Amino acid sequence: MKVISSIEITPEIIGNLSEYYRRNIGDYPKFFKMDGLCKTGFIASEILLQSLPADIKSDIAIVLFNRSGSLVTDRKYQQTITSEENYFPSPAIFVYTLANIVTGEIAIRHKIMGESSFYIMSENDTGLQNDIAMECYLTSNPSMVLTGWVEYENDEDFYAHLRLLSK
Amino acid sequence: MINIIGHNIISPLGLTSEENYQSVIRGRSALHLYDDKFGLHEAFCGSLINRGFIYEKASESGIDDDYSLFEKLAILSASGAIKDSGINPSDPNTIFILSTTKGNVDLLEENMHDERCYLHTSALRIADYFGNKANPIVVSNACISGVCAQIEGVRQLLSGLYSTAIIIGCDILSKFIISGFQSFKALSTKPCKPYDKDRTGLNLGEAAGTIILRKENSPASDWHYVASSIHNDANHISGPSRTGEGAFRVLQDIVRQIDKSELAFLNAHGTATAYNDEMESIAIGRADLSDIPLSGLKGYYGHTLGAAGIIETILSIMAIDEGIIIATRGYDKSGTSGKLYLSNQTRHTDKRSFIKILSGFGGSNAGICYEKGGRR
Repeated sequence: MKVISSIEITPEIIGNLSEYYRRNIGDYPKFFKMDGLCKTGFIASEILLQSLPADIKSDIAIVLFNRSGSLVTDRKYQQTITSEENYFPSPAIFVYTLANIVTGEIAIRHKIMGESSFYIMSENDTGLQNDIAMECYLTSNPSMVLTGWVEYENDEDFYAHLRLLSK
Repeated sequence: MINIIGHNIISPLGLTSEENYQSVIRGRSALHLYDDKFGLHEAFCGSLINRGFIYEKASESGIDDDYSLFEKLAILSASGAIKDSGINPSDPNTIFILSTTKGNVDLLEENMHDERCYLHTSALRIADYFGNKANPIVVSNACISGVCAQIEGVRQLLSGLYSTAIIIGCDILSKFIISGFQSFKALSTKPCKPYDKDRTGLNLGEAAGTIILRKENSPASDWHYVASSIHNDANHISGPSRTGEGAFRVLQDIVRQIDKSELAFLNAHGTATAYNDEMESIAIGRADLSDIPLSGLKGYYGHTLGAAGIIETILSIMAIDEGIIIATRGYDKSGTSGKLYLSNQTRHTDKRSFIKILSGFGGSNAGICYEKGGRR
């Protein structure tokens, strides 16, 4: 296994997600529709993928992990249906109550048509993530694997550690 | 060889794979109209498990009330498959893999910070029930989770890390899930009509299914894994690609690795939404599979989310064992631009392999092919 590149982002390293986006990316307004988990994964993946050629990107496998799934958005959605007087289920929130949407957002941004998978684990174990990610090569042949941990609690508490791996 | 050595389905149609299969081939559907359920503001058509019956079965099996409904279903299904296979689930070479989209999300209604809403916590509780100490893997890939979990099981066995994988797919319905799909205007109030001209949308259902895979050196005498694939459409987070790119790539990858002349049928997703069924018809045409019999099972159970890939795989296996292709319940008149070889009647087959495909939110698509060994 080769680690081609890796990136860690936290509020201390990059500051506010939206401000980072405005300063350094700026050409993808869909960013503002995303939930916090997707924004975190999007920014981290952007740093690793922006300089790669399109033909390599189209065959990347995206294999991401976290502990809380989409629970932050699940709670937000739950609040829209709890009270009878204030019942307003929103499709724009509901669609982000699936953790794997972050893999889809990254795939759409970079036209990645390889595998996309999301796994939930209790602990951020880099070795285990790399093992599961590299297992892609047992049944398929991606150009590289984008893997790692992506977690978002709020704008002051998010963390992604993503890596680009190859055989 | 990666062999299937046991399975189970728990749904409103039965507590074993056999009970489910017998109901399905007799044309029985679990779909009903629910008018006043979960405090929802609109009616929906779906299939719900009788909670009281499951609590009773769990209690008879000694599964205590500390376990949630979701966990009880998963444990009951895994227990059924373990009994079917005769394996020891606490063996250190055995791993649990859980496929679910939302797990215990219904518990948020009572407590926004219930620890059991963390899916891996729930998976640990399930594995622990069986005395299994390996770290379970949770696959949460929206609607394609059930096929992805099987692929993860295959990879764990191919990598040599484990010799047996117990793969459980389970989801239950709640106000959370139904209201969300209703907000998308995706749900039908009638039993769904997969691929039909007059299809009116999706039904959701509840089920738990378990498949046990084992790596064995002996030549496959029975059901074994042949090929699999996962691809993203890179098109839209809540709608499939109009060209069916991801599903097409999945089918193309699998067809390259198999003997197409042995393909009995393709068991497709067939959610009866306008976009999904149309997309599948295009992908199937592009993969040159329009002449292969197609079968869709949503008319019996609705879409059972994280369980769908597991239970639809099990029913496909049982159908080939009996030499049949299950009728696509609800289908009547062709309603897709791509040609599909469908029937709402049972058909016969003497072939021995099938492909199961799924597509879902996040632009994801997955497929897996199994083949029956030995001689007919």
